Amino acid sequence: MATHALAGGAKVGAFPAELEVDEEERARARTRRYSTIGRWAVGIAIVVLWEGLTRLNIVDPYFFSSPVLIAQTAFKDATAGSLWTDVWFTSSATILGFIAGVSLGAAIGLSTWWSKVYGNVLEPYLVMFNAVPKLALAPVLIIIFGIGFSSKVALAVLMCVVPTAIAAYSGIKSIDPDLETLLFSLGATHRHVFTKVVVPSALPWIVSSLRINIGLALAGTIVGEFVASQNGVGRMILYAGQTMDINLVWVGVVVLSIVAMVMFWCVSSLEKRLLKGIMHGAQTSGR
Amino acid sequence: MTPEETKLEVRSVSKYFRRDGKIVHALDETSLTVARGRFVSIIGPSGCGKSTLFNVIAGLAKPSTGDVIANGASILGKPGYVGYMLQKGLLLPWRTILDNIILGMEVRDVPRKTAIARAMPLIERYGLTGFEQHYPHELSGGMRQRASLLRTMLYDRDIVLLDEPFGALDAQTRLIMQSWLLDVWSDLQKTILFVTHDIDEAIFLSDEIHVFSARPGRIKARIDVPLARPRTQDDVTTPEFTSLKRKLLDLLAVEAERAYEQAALA
Repeated sequence: MATHALAGGAKVGAFPAELEVDEEERARARTRRYSTIGRWAVGIAIVVLWEGLTRLNIVDPYFFSSPVLIAQTAFKDATAGSLWTDVWFTSSATILGFIAGVSLGAAIGLSTWWSKVYGNVLEPYLVMFNAVPKLALAPVLIIIFGIGFSSKVALAVLMCVVPTAIAAYSGIKSIDPDLETLLFSLGATHRHVFTKVVVPSALPWIVSSLRINIGLALAGTIVGEFVASQNGVGRMILYAGQTMDINLVWVGVVVLSIVAMVMFWCVSSLEKRLLKGIMHGAQTSGR
Repeated sequence: MTPEETKLEVRSVSKYFRRDGKIVHALDETSLTVARGRFVSIIGPSGCGKSTLFNVIAGLAKPSTGDVIANGASILGKPGYVGYMLQKGLLLPWRTILDNIILGMEVRDVPRKTAIARAMPLIERYGLTGFEQHYPHELSGGMRQRASLLRTMLYDRDIVLLDEPFGALDAQTRLIMQSWLLDVWSDLQKTILFVTHDIDEAIFLSDEIHVFSARPGRIKARIDVPLARPRTQDDVTTPEFTSLKRKLLDLLAVEAERAYEQAALA
């Protein structure tokens, strides 16, 4: 900014070329580098240890399979079996259920702004329903929607709706009432206040709940597949277990972990982007 | 002197209500008239009902008695008839400065292009150029207040209520903003009703000052400010200014004492 003279009379802009990088910045870069190395090292160590222990028969490969066996089985199932169809079935049911569940939940939560009484009546039921182990309802949904795709989506929806509704409801309760007054003083209608203040205020809360909800949706889909299904990674694991195909069980577990990680990562970066788009680095009213 | 046209008239407005079985007397019967283009300040101890009065004039609260007449018609319970800037400034944090400034027009369904075309000259003229695309948290307190004042002005009402707009600013910024506000006011020819706690600010800005009593609030005195315009910060050291200040200090000292005693009793 200001071009004040340095002690030796040199002007800013004529710095020596080998100017030292800020100590804090170097420390941050160091931390980042070591963290990345550490993460990879731990992951590789687990795989190597797993393989080594099962080869040496210290850990029984009949129960715990081994990384190499899992990879072989996965390759066989991917080329000759139904691995890709199963992964596609599970992921699409999860994503569809996640989108529908989050939208429905957000709509329910946001609707509480229109009436305090309605919101107050709804609140204990949201809290109560949130505590219900919804996975226990899987058999009911299978009976209603059949053993196909739709029952898995329905279960994923069921898992996401209430947490999202609660997040949106909390967002509504945290709105600065002065912002509403401001809009009304400008002669705004309720519809204006809703779209210009209420929704943007509650959005960070809803977005912050996305990461939890993608995990819940996946759990819902898998349990649905466990209970009754002809497709999906969950059904594959159940079937492999019943036929004592331990390697295939492990393939299912590993594939699900990868699917879960990919989804989680996608939603996290979506969340970051959305929050940046909404709040532009301002202090978020959400968590 | 030309006969002054009454722009805004508050007729015996009072506000009391029952809370927890006790009667709360927020505002005693208050009447005042404001002539077109005047800058009128209201000054008084905290909790004297100034904000209640403003909410009534802005159509956001119903008084227990009385009426508010603007341009010859009652505006009771009609929000949006006057421009109203609340104490905190209140910019929407997820909107750019430009989008905040045109909010009032947006609510009235003015097309975005038209709104921007009307906002830009004011933004340039009143020192916000280069900040249109910034977000409120990136600006200083003074800049934010400028933005919300411009929003209030662009809302395009000839009567504007300002509730302690500079209350949260540091002393230096406050002085700059006061001169700035006088520029805006004389350019745009608004009728301004201004609430403040600051005696210097009230004298420097106003044509007339209404002194409020402690709760229940009522107007205790009306003082004209005969200082010539345009005013500069040099005026605040003139003998006229000082004698007005003395007068106001005396009036307010009594009320501040009463307000303090009430608070101690409560």
